[in-house]
Amino acid sequence: MIVHFLIIVPILTILIMLFVQKQQVIRAVALTGAIIQLLIVINVLWQYVLNSDMTTGNVMLQTNVMWFAPLNIHYSVGVDGISIVMLFLTALVVIAAILVSWKEEYLTKEFFVLLTLLALGAYGFFISFDLFLMFFFLELAVIPKFLLILNWGSGNKTYSATKLVLMLIGASAILFMGILGIYYASSNGSPSFNMLTLKDSGMAYHWQLIFFPFLFIGFGVFTALFPFHTWVPDGHSAAPTAGSMFLAGISMKLGGYGLIRLVTMLMPAAAQFYSPYIVLLAVIGILYGAFATMVQKDLKYMNAYSSVSHCGFVVLGIGMLNPVAITGAVLQMISHGLMTALFFAAIGMIYSRTHTRIIKEMGGLLTYLPFIGGLFILAGLASLGLPGLSGFVAEVTVLVGSWQLPFLPYRIATIIAAASIVVTAVYILRAAGTILMGNTKANHFDTPIDARWYEKWAGVLLGIGILIVGVLPFLILKIISPTIHYWQS
Amino acid sequence: MIYYLLHNLLPFKQELLLLLGIFILLFTQIFGGKQHIEWTLQWVNLLLLIIVLAGFWPVGYNSAFSNMYQLTSLNAFEKSVLAFAAYIISLQGYNWLQRFEHTYEFYVLVLSSLLGMFCMLSSTNFLFFYIGLELSTLPLALLVNFQLNKKQSSEAAFKFIMSAAFASAILLLGISFLYGLSGSLNFNAVAAKLILNPFSLVAFLLFLVGVLFKVSVVPFHLWTADVYEGAPISVTAFLSVVSKASVLFVLLNLLFKVFYHLQSVWHIVMLILLLVTIVIGNLFALRQENFKRFMAFSSITQVGFILVAFLGNAYNASTAVVYFLVIYLFSNLAVFGVITYVENAFNKQNINEFKGLYKKNKFLSWVLLIGLFSLAGIPPTAGFFGKFFLIMSGSENLNYIPWITLAAVNLIISLYYYLRVAIVVFDNNVEFDEPTIAIPQPIKLSFIICIVGILITGVGSWIYHYIYSLTAAAF
Repeated sequence: MIVHFLIIVPILTILIMLFVQKQQVIRAVALTGAIIQLLIVINVLWQYVLNSDMTTGNVMLQTNVMWFAPLNIHYSVGVDGISIVMLFLTALVVIAAILVSWKEEYLTKEFFVLLTLLALGAYGFFISFDLFLMFFFLELAVIPKFLLILNWGSGNKTYSATKLVLMLIGASAILFMGILGIYYASSNGSPSFNMLTLKDSGMAYHWQLIFFPFLFIGFGVFTALFPFHTWVPDGHSAAPTAGSMFLAGISMKLGGYGLIRLVTMLMPAAAQFYSPYIVLLAVIGILYGAFATMVQKDLKYMNAYSSVSHCGFVVLGIGMLNPVAITGAVLQMISHGLMTALFFAAIGMIYSRTHTRIIKEMGGLLTYLPFIGGLFILAGLASLGLPGLSGFVAEVTVLVGSWQLPFLPYRIATIIAAASIVVTAVYILRAAGTILMGNTKANHFDTPIDARWYEKWAGVLLGIGILIVGVLPFLILKIISPTIHYWQS
Repeated sequence: MIYYLLHNLLPFKQELLLLLGIFILLFTQIFGGKQHIEWTLQWVNLLLLIIVLAGFWPVGYNSAFSNMYQLTSLNAFEKSVLAFAAYIISLQGYNWLQRFEHTYEFYVLVLSSLLGMFCMLSSTNFLFFYIGLELSTLPLALLVNFQLNKKQSSEAAFKFIMSAAFASAILLLGISFLYGLSGSLNFNAVAAKLILNPFSLVAFLLFLVGVLFKVSVVPFHLWTADVYEGAPISVTAFLSVVSKASVLFVLLNLLFKVFYHLQSVWHIVMLILLLVTIVIGNLFALRQENFKRFMAFSSITQVGFILVAFLGNAYNASTAVVYFLVIYLFSNLAVFGVITYVENAFNKQNINEFKGLYKKNKFLSWVLLIGLFSLAGIPPTAGFFGKFFLIMSGSENLNYIPWITLAAVNLIISLYYYLRVAIVVFDNNVEFDEPTIAIPQPIKLSFIICIVGILITGVGSWIYHYIYSLTAAAF
């Protein structure tokens, strides 16, 4: 029952916001809604931890309501280990995004309504177990992204917004055909969209081979898989801060989550066949993303390409198809989500004070902006995988899982992926050093104000998340590991 | 006696109401005209609403004219849908019609056209079908010419009547060949005698060409853009929604009942035509500056997507098509409502002239955007469900999936040109340089109806279930 509130609360928040006029009340309503969502997620997590049989990691709190009877479409929701941690990530990032945009002046109502719509899309996606419902929520989130970038973005807004939306809708169209293929080819007699029954009944092998690329490319575009990653740099950089945080933090995880479901539940046999290609694309993505980041001059573009690289780790873990690697992929999704949200938040705070994103034009900011500089360094160190922070835990798990298979090309891939961490260190340290240390190039702002209370809270929220995942990862592993072992058995 | 009369006339309730309307309009015009305009507009709208409601009356005794006319619940619902669209269009043109000097003629022609469509929908005989088709087309040709002082209107009307006459001639040749094949004009008799031989294929193709002309499928779409641009905006709305919807409803009946044995042929024909339609419609829509021509090409593409559904089985296909046309009605009329208002108030027709509309009037902009997003197929609007179910119905045979993927990928291009309008509307560098005029009540009412329809019809599945129950009974 409480699972439905995850969808009802954002809808109520939007409806209330539509009828409010004053700017302060609107953002207060948005924040209240997001905090209530976090409390609901914690409640669901608590129920899951207490009631679930942790050894099997089964799906909990399931509800199944007939939606379109002749087409066998159900409103089918539930949570399992992987969903619950992604929901938690979403709740944290949404609160941080709302806090960071606290002072948004232009069309405030539309801004917060669109942000809440994005959150609704993400929450619905993570709790759905019916492919139609999942697709509905996935596409629900695309147009709000377009409107957010178009109206509140910076730089080449129109071009970036259009490119992002067209590529994501293109991915959705291909995904759509894959889902229809599963619907009609599922060897059960009556066609069905339900993911759980598909796990039990399975699809004929030759149909799996045909439709796996559709779903893989569809979800892969969302997770910035190598040839389809071109929407990420422009989209993330042109977006407003909250938009970038949401895009990089949550939206790219939609693809990763979809890939995990695809590989473990929907088409495990085809996944075995296509595994080399997945690993190849992942490794190219990691390397290409890392090297492309090194040449970026713009902070946001740097972070965007580094997102491409880090999400490559997610796909690498998924491609290896063993439980440890997939656990690492989920950890990397959480870690990267928190870390990149924090990084974009810090960049946004810096940009609003210096009005430039070019690295070379900034310097010595740590003197004026110690708190924001600290957030920047925290996010940067998490990105390069410093032990004690979440990035290390995630990347180590992925690499250990990738090493398990004694297959030489995979081991070479693991080595290359590990080597890319060095490249990450280069660009992070160089950027942090240039803009934070050294002489101040403070000729374009007068008296920069350090983080205000809302920015501090946003940073602290995400920072605590990064630290907890980094120092106490067993808390999360206890939740996701049984689930992954159950699905990947 | 009265009971007998009523009993025999009851299948015709919707057509009789239309006839009543036409006669009252004619007599009102003869006996005094000008001072009754206000009252006329009111009761015509009321009449259309009554026709909509009459479609939900349970259908009992249902055939007439020695089996040329047959009413099923699905037909009654389809007629309600068409009447509802006419009602919304009439609401949107309310203020224009108050000032216009030919209001009575407008309504007489619209109601006559609707009457023709109703007869076409209920026909079970090729003769009756042809009568209905012609009765629906000829008033439209007059309606297109309604702005008598504009040369563009006359040009549009000329193109329309010439193309329509030509297509009608081809259609008639097809019907006569079918008569030659089977010796009867009755649908069931023709269906029984139709087998896969070259003569029946020629007959079928001629017939199909004649019918597909009216829905602007691609090789036969050349009249669409010019006619939509030249006609007054309410007539364009009527053409794009009501005219297309009626022919598509009839096509469902024809293809799945009469030409059932030729299914292997018309599947391939439909596949090729829909791919060409969607691609060409998209490519031309990208370049349009005039909003009415833009909507013309967008509606061509939408029809292409509707044709995808015909590749499935009769139940899923009919339900998907009828469901999508209801949603298409709401979405298209939302957009046309905004265009109507802007054109009648400010005389702006180009897309670029809508720049900065958002700051001037948020309600109008959101109506336009929600309508466009529904046409593009974005959740949570109903357009998403409509398109999804259309493509779902068509993908039933997995061998068609590669071609349907091509069609689905065209959704990207169509989204692009709908987004272009959004980009123009949100442009805040330019001021929308007109004084704000309050939106008149009837148009506001039509907006609210359309938006509520778009937002509820998708997520709430009861309309889909209702249509499915009607289809299951009819096929």
